[in-house]
Amino acid sequence: MIRANTIFAAFELGAAWLLGAIWLLPLLFAVWTAFHAPAYMAHFSVTAPLTLENFATAWQAAPFARYFLNTTLLVIGILIAQFTLCTLAAFAFARLPFLGRNILFSLVLIQLMVAPDILLLENYRTIKWLGAMDTLPGIALPYLASAFGIFLLRQTFLTIPKELEDAARIEGCGPLGVMMRVYVPIARPVYVAYGLVSVSWHWNNFLWPLIITNSVETRPLTVGLAVFASSDQGIDWSVITAATLMTSAPLLIGFLLFQRQFVQSFVRAGIR
Amino acid sequence: MVLPAAALLALFTHIPVIESVIHSFMSTDKPKRPSHFVGFDNYDALIADPIFWKALTNNLIYALGSVPLSIALALLMAMFVNDKLAGRGFLRAAYFTPTILPMIAVANIWIFFFTPDYGLLEQFLKPLGLGGSNLLGSNGTALACVTAVAVWKEAGFFMIFYLAALQQIPPDLKEAAAIEGTSRWTFFRRVTFPLLMPTTLFVLVNAMINAFRVVDHIFVMTGGGPNNATSVLLFRIYEVGFKYFDGGSASAMTVVLLLLLGLIALGQFFALDRKVHYQ
Repeated sequence: MIRANTIFAAFELGAAWLLGAIWLLPLLFAVWTAFHAPAYMAHFSVTAPLTLENFATAWQAAPFARYFLNTTLLVIGILIAQFTLCTLAAFAFARLPFLGRNILFSLVLIQLMVAPDILLLENYRTIKWLGAMDTLPGIALPYLASAFGIFLLRQTFLTIPKELEDAARIEGCGPLGVMMRVYVPIARPVYVAYGLVSVSWHWNNFLWPLIITNSVETRPLTVGLAVFASSDQGIDWSVITAATLMTSAPLLIGFLLFQRQFVQSFVRAGIR
Repeated sequence: MVLPAAALLALFTHIPVIESVIHSFMSTDKPKRPSHFVGFDNYDALIADPIFWKALTNNLIYALGSVPLSIALALLMAMFVNDKLAGRGFLRAAYFTPTILPMIAVANIWIFFFTPDYGLLEQFLKPLGLGGSNLLGSNGTALACVTAVAVWKEAGFFMIFYLAALQQIPPDLKEAAAIEGTSRWTFFRRVTFPLLMPTTLFVLVNAMINAFRVVDHIFVMTGGGPNNATSVLLFRIYEVGFKYFDGGSASAMTVVLLLLLGLIALGQFFALDRKVHYQ
């Protein structure tokens, strides 16, 4: 019995590490390629000299600084707007009785199934009609009222005991005061979770910004990277790989530093 | 207070859904002939269009390939890192890392992986005498490559939900089973798996939605090719709507996609109804 268990444990350990190795392999390969001269692309040797040349070339070959700025502004803008809009709506859905509340809430939930990406054709028309083509707000608008955020915050607000609210009211807080001083502070971990998910989602978003943008001034990193990688100027693979790692670096480093928060945030945001 | 969010949601979700349906019955707007009602013409054209059927079939194969595979791997990964293995923290990070990378970056990394002649896969296949094939450029294998990338990207994401659920299972169940002399497999089949059912449903629905929504890597890796071998619905909508400017046809396809998503929602509703929840 014990023997069988030991064998099983060894087998499991081996399988787990094998899977881990397979999972990391493409990434390690990319790191190798990005930090070595093109000559070492498929030649693995310990003595191969490390270089940052590929990163320098990529940085100069395309306006990545501008792309970084665009993505950063976009992600921050979306986050602020989402926090504001979703907090207001979630608070109303959780605590303010009004006519048609349940019907309206089920209408909100439809967006969980039908993401704005699916409706790109009609949303494109709307953005054009609004005159927001090729602008950062144009990219952001369809995502600002996030059903996911409203749902997440509403569920959290519902778990907060009413007694706290009553106490705040006796102290003289209005509805907005109650929301800002009681509900929002208690829900802080949920905001962190939602924020991390939102930032990584919009940092990585591609299809919608691809359609809406057509200039360097508005293009986010993902679209910039795709344009850079697909231009037929015979750019070395090592340079493209360097650019690829560069665009993913902020999230990647953030993840490695705050692994626990990241994983917990994704779980918290998912299980409801 | 709900108004700003509700207005935006209506503007970018509800109205577009209705507009998609309306536009699917209208001809494409042209300078000389403005859009007008054409009945089911767009749908008839769609039914007659082999590329639409190709994209739809591809999408179903893509879903049937990536959904069960990523869920099974996610469960396996979660079981691995839930046990007290050596280096489990490292393993968990290794499994999860692809999740936070942009799909575009993932695609770039994998193109290189699949590159003929000097790609990494080639380095492994050559000694086995299997080298020399262009996996991404061949009709028969391109869709499988694109599916593999989706699995690589998503399995780690679904893993964390299983992991969270596994940690909720009380340890005394395992102790009781050990006293009874239950085998690992029986324990998994009779205890663990049923307890994970709600998580499986949640992951399943998300994986299916993603199978119709996550197409970014196809743009970079194959552009739908070769010969539409990797074209899927959303990609085809983009192509028809924004490259060929055929709004009517693209709207009709959007409606098809919406119907598919509606089916998933309906399926979830009935599954929930049949009480998948054990707790």
